[in-house]
Amino acid sequence: MKRVVPFAFLLFSSTLVTSLAGAQGLAGTPVHGNFQFDGQYYVPDSIIGAPNPPDEKFLNNAFANFNYESDNFLAGLRYESYLNPLLGFDPLYKGSGISYRYLTYRNDKLEVTAGNFYEQFGSGLTFRSYEERQLGVDNAMDGIRVRIKPVNGVYLKGLVGRQRNFWTLGEGILRGGDAELNFNEAFTSWNTKKTQLIIGGSFMSKYQSDQNPDYILPENVGCGGGRISLMNGGWTLSSEYSHKINDPSTINNYIYKDGNAFLVNLGYNQKGFAVLLSAKNIDNMSYRSERDATGNSLNINYLPALTKTHTYLLPAIYPYATQPNGEVAYQGEVFFNLKPNSPLGGQYGTDLTVNYSRATDIYKTNLNDSTGYTTSFFKPGDEVFFEDFNVEINHKWSKSLRTILTYVYLNYNKDVIEGRDGFGHVYSHSGILETIWKITSKKTLRTELQHLYTKQDQQSWAVVLAEYTISPKWSFAAFDEYNYGNTHTDLGGKYDQRIHYFTGTVAFTNNANRFSLGYGRQRAGIICVGGVCRNVPASSGLSVSITSSF
Amino acid sequence: MKKIAALALLLSLAVMVRAQEAKETLLFKQLPAVDVKLMNGERVNTSTFANDGKPIIIDFWATWCKPCIEELNTIHDLYPDWQKATGVKVITISVDDARTMTRVAPFVNGKGWTYESYVDPNGDFKRAMNVNMPPHTFVLNGKGEVIWQHVGFAEGNEEELYEVVKKVAAETK
Repeated sequence: MKRVVPFAFLLFSSTLVTSLAGAQGLAGTPVHGNFQFDGQYYVPDSIIGAPNPPDEKFLNNAFANFNYESDNFLAGLRYESYLNPLLGFDPLYKGSGISYRYLTYRNDKLEVTAGNFYEQFGSGLTFRSYEERQLGVDNAMDGIRVRIKPVNGVYLKGLVGRQRNFWTLGEGILRGGDAELNFNEAFTSWNTKKTQLIIGGSFMSKYQSDQNPDYILPENVGCGGGRISLMNGGWTLSSEYSHKINDPSTINNYIYKDGNAFLVNLGYNQKGFAVLLSAKNIDNMSYRSERDATGNSLNINYLPALTKTHTYLLPAIYPYATQPNGEVAYQGEVFFNLKPNSPLGGQYGTDLTVNYSRATDIYKTNLNDSTGYTTSFFKPGDEVFFEDFNVEINHKWSKSLRTILTYVYLNYNKDVIEGRDGFGHVYSHSGILETIWKITSKKTLRTELQHLYTKQDQQSWAVVLAEYTISPKWSFAAFDEYNYGNTHTDLGGKYDQRIHYFTGTVAFTNNANRFSLGYGRQRAGIICVGGVCRNVPASSGLSVSITSSF
Repeated sequence: MKKIAALALLLSLAVMVRAQEAKETLLFKQLPAVDVKLMNGERVNTSTFANDGKPIIIDFWATWCKPCIEELNTIHDLYPDWQKATGVKVITISVDDARTMTRVAPFVNGKGWTYESYVDPNGDFKRAMNVNMPPHTFVLNGKGEVIWQHVGFAEGNEEELYEVVKKVAAETK
């Protein structure tokens, strides 16, 4: 009986939403927004080690944004509701309320925001506040922000505030500013130059009082840096450097050492061919608005990982996220577009991408003082964190048939990346064949055959996936993720670990409204978006998702 | 109780089916004014997006989003014909963040795409347009009004998109 109630409620609310939004939104009004609801009904599944569902079997995450916009004035709010949060999301999200609200005034030169806002300086090495709702990451600022364009080509930003930490604010007060100068816009002598030059600088300060009885801690921690972006013809060069004064914290084991981050990208592009080379050096650069914050909470800066984001199920088992305490990383990527009717391109053309990346520890000489260690710029240590070599060939055979063939080699340092002990490295090879067959102009069958080979961890996997879509409304998908190579047994040999993770989903889309229902097993693992990850436990059950923009 | 659930399900389906007809409606009288960046880092305000009184398609995508790439590949094959018939312009907005933003320019060039391409690294335009997840596609008419949107992509969706574009182009002639 109890089980039925949430469904009835859910379906009723979905009805409301789709009918409200069926006309594609609040036509012509200056109020717009979006809505998302994710719910799951959990069933016990001892084979996959799914934790027995809590007393309440249905959990959900939901939010809705409402924004008003006129020429000079903007306002909006977001209501979030986690009753209770889905498994895998931090239980600190439990509850409902208005988590985000703002008022903005703007004209051509000036913009002032009071309340919540997201902001980024440069590529984020010094400061980035952002949201990734699928991961439960949200370090929105609560305070005041001013953006000024005093003259052509000059952009200034200043802000003060505190960061969101679930339903509270972090202790630290942030004060910062950023300036950017675009030479080609600012100086008449540069207007017609083929070379484009943009430089920028940013500074951030965090204040958190020292309540620690044992240590004298810096209460004001400054962090700042500069960046440059240069373009000429097909060439681009961009680089950013950020330096932080000593900032003892839980993440760096309370050492009194300065930190720095350096990032450089060199690219060459022409139509049909492009190369990108990137390098990065990170040293003691975790910067948070509370010293004891861990996980994904209260990050002031953002340290992008220099690795490709894999979206296929199997290579995505082993994702990478930057190690803020120290990392040297490189990435190279080449893109080709072989033209139609060329010798290698075939009749309809072929895309080819080759990508390689490697991240290692920084070389450290340990010291017996409070600074912990010394290191040299860009000097790698012995320990490899992650290595990825992948090739993707996207070939169109005819007007109705396209295939994507992918190979991925990964060297994944499970101990370091997942913060564990005794697992060592996982070396894996994956091969994936995706086929997209357009049966008629409205009906398409997409299939994926995936195989991952490894002797370590949970050993080899295979995936078969089929998705049938009837454009533009319906999609039906089913896949089986089979851990066929797993020789381990669980609970004293009681359970064979060669498990099928089978999932089926149905989705209905009407313009900007989407409703989907899925039933199946979710393997335990890490879900990542944009290089930030969260752990999800194994689970079984029925999931419901509704999204809508209006 | 089960009856209530069944009733709710039926009701939902009925309303959803009724809401199926894709019609153009006025969504935004004008695009929200937000700074996005060209692939070279130069800022452009979205209020300056224009196409001489002809329709514009705005497509939110990311280098890590497979359906987005499918959509842009599919449209690209048809783009010359669409342009010839309707004068439509496709503007792509990448929501890649600092991690993958540097891949956008080589990716676009590597694919040989000829779209007008921008990046929105901290999601300012994405939020202003209420985009949940890419791909999310909008159509603007000749007056710059946003009159249609669609989330997700499956092969064949491009036909519905083109129907809207043709209709809009005919209205403004």
